[in-house]
Amino acid sequence: MDLSSTYNDKVVRQFVIATILWGIVGMGVGAFIAAQLAWPALNFDIPYLTYSRLRPLHTNAVIFAFGGCALMGTAFHVVQRTCQTRLFGDRLAAFVFWGWQAVIVAVAITLPLGITQAKEYAEPEWPIDLLIAVVWIVFGIVFFGTIARRRVKHIYVANWFYGSFILTVAVLHIVNNLALPVSLWKSYPVYSGAVDAMVQWWYGHNAVGFFLTAGFLGMMYYYVPKQAQRPIYSYRLSVVHFWALIAVYMWAGPHHLHYTALPDWAQSLGMVFSLILLAPSWGGMINGIMTLSGAWHKLRTDPVLKFMIVALSFYGMSTFEGPMMSIKTVNALSHYTDWTIGHVHSGALGWVAFISIGSLYCMIPRLLGVERMYSTRLIDLHFWIATIGVVVYIASMWIAGVMQGLMWRATNPDGTLTYTFIESLAQTHPFYVTRLLGGLLVLAGMFIMAWNVWRTWRGVRAPAPVPIPTAVAA
Amino acid sequence: MSTFWSLFIVVLTLGSIAALVWLLLATARAKAGGAGQTTGHTWDEDLTELNHPLPLWWLGLFLLTVVFGALYLAFYPGLGANAGMLGWTSGKEVGADLAAANRKLESLFAQFRDLPLEALANDPKALDVGHNVFANNCAACHGSDARGAKGYPNLTDDDWLYGGAPEAVLTSILRGRNGVMPPLGAALGEAGVEEVANYVLSLSGRKADEKLAAAGKARYLTVCVACHGADGKGNPLIGAPNLTDDIWLYGGSLDEIKTSIRNGRSGQMPAWEPVLGKDRARLVAAWVLAQSKPVAPAGQAP
Repeated sequence: MDLSSTYNDKVVRQFVIATILWGIVGMGVGAFIAAQLAWPALNFDIPYLTYSRLRPLHTNAVIFAFGGCALMGTAFHVVQRTCQTRLFGDRLAAFVFWGWQAVIVAVAITLPLGITQAKEYAEPEWPIDLLIAVVWIVFGIVFFGTIARRRVKHIYVANWFYGSFILTVAVLHIVNNLALPVSLWKSYPVYSGAVDAMVQWWYGHNAVGFFLTAGFLGMMYYYVPKQAQRPIYSYRLSVVHFWALIAVYMWAGPHHLHYTALPDWAQSLGMVFSLILLAPSWGGMINGIMTLSGAWHKLRTDPVLKFMIVALSFYGMSTFEGPMMSIKTVNALSHYTDWTIGHVHSGALGWVAFISIGSLYCMIPRLLGVERMYSTRLIDLHFWIATIGVVVYIASMWIAGVMQGLMWRATNPDGTLTYTFIESLAQTHPFYVTRLLGGLLVLAGMFIMAWNVWRTWRGVRAPAPVPIPTAVAA
Repeated sequence: MSTFWSLFIVVLTLGSIAALVWLLLATARAKAGGAGQTTGHTWDEDLTELNHPLPLWWLGLFLLTVVFGALYLAFYPGLGANAGMLGWTSGKEVGADLAAANRKLESLFAQFRDLPLEALANDPKALDVGHNVFANNCAACHGSDARGAKGYPNLTDDDWLYGGAPEAVLTSILRGRNGVMPPLGAALGEAGVEEVANYVLSLSGRKADEKLAAAGKARYLTVCVACHGADGKGNPLIGAPNLTDDIWLYGGSLDEIKTSIRNGRSGQMPAWEPVLGKDRARLVAAWVLAQSKPVAPAGQAP
């Protein structure tokens, strides 16, 4: 069969496998460092296993390896379907897959060795940063190349979000990583002091905004209506919340630097725009949840839709929590506590992981040309284990965080602190153990998924290429 | 901030907010499709879009946050060099908070200022404050129970490196101390280290090799005597420990004593006056003095 009349699903399948694999690795490392916080001796006095080196490994693995592979795989799947054309450049797409895997492996080796820029979520050193930039630009060429030769006149809303995510992450990555190398594995950033901090959190918060939000909204806008077999609720709502979201996110970074050496005016702007960000964020949640209206009965029988609706609920909750925590008075309590960790995981597990898992369960049977996954009951089991795990995780971190904030700020009439740091740590210990339990449940869910996917795949030796429908509707 | 950058920030901020409001209102006003009517586009065979109007509560929420933002920027710094109507700065807020706290603390500390340390050490109110200061600042090294750790003196016995008089303890806190035992491995040789260590053990009545100890005594009297004294009772003026009381800052095993002699030791107590100020330092000194209790030395009495 002529290649150009079929979809390029090989690269999508590769990304699906990588997503599940890196999900297990990243969450496994997360569970291990969660155990280290409860029992510090678990680093066994081995430098490569210390919390300081494994924590960035965990964040990079779940965000950029698990999340990144999910985003790239679904972007390649969605852009072909909604443009009704084969992916632009089969070889370039293969380069994106293998290049991204090379980045992941290089990061997984260098971080435990202690090679780091010490910039949060941008730890990899400059040679890896260069490789990331090249792979990312090729990713953009493949994506926008496909858009350019689409056979459908209008660009589907999911592609706006994927497109903005690809463009912005390229800019963020390059600007934040500008550095002067002094040796193969050591460089110094070109910024210094408060400017360096501001550039870092402009990057850091937009990594949340564009990597973990816009990209996954793209995923939501394709797989939710597909799985629910319902039209998107409101086109105009998607227009408003798309432009508002990408315009406002850019301003929110300074809320990571409240009560620091950052000038007051910048802190104020960060807080104001973080609050204005609430409605644009909720626009996506409304559009997703209301798309399911008229299909509510399907939630009883379809655990994939359950993953999606819970993902949207967590998205709504954490995008409410975020603006609230950006208010300076609230931030004075929450900053530096485990509340932040709880907030991040309600977004990263509840939203990002759940919408990815739901999308993969929706996509895999279609990708393999089979009716359904090997076991729907295992999807249901995965759903409940993961949901309970996330709730246990974030509830324990909320309680621990608020408690820490209150203990740290309590003072005696003589001006001394009521509690020493070690006392707050002792009080936090049971919550660290509880959090580990939650994390292990989520991790167990990933193993169930891997088993289910493997059994589904086993029945299909070589999936037949999917022909591109020739009829173009509009 | 220069006028240019100030204007740059103002225009960008207000322009962005105005553009958002325009986007919101223009989209809200545009004609909505009929109920159940899609935009007419189809993707991937079955993907379509309805065109419901923006939910009113959502529109209201959006405008509310914009109004709040505009008001906040009017009252607080944010629009470039514009100070905001309240004239608030984080520096002023911290200054005012500190001044208010210090006013309150001044009346608290004033009642203790004229009392001697001995009196404070018996004043429960002073001891409460002293204990809090200790827990906040000193416990990290000396332990929350003040029993110290290897390299950090136990403060609950009555053995004092720099003397246990109230003023001496206060001086240790205010100015800090720097205790240095020079490395003597090169001067003594490994055999010499072994001999001296055995002699030091014997000084506190501990079991030691008598032959080595006897040889060690001769070396001790030439090398160590200057600081630790002929009788081994040390010298509080320079913080040289008493070697006869079986209390060991760096451990009392033969190996640990040999390490101390061979490699030397260096212990530093930071000066706390710049951090605590004199009032707090006196109160914590009083609490420390109150913890100090005579302890019957382990092993035999001298």
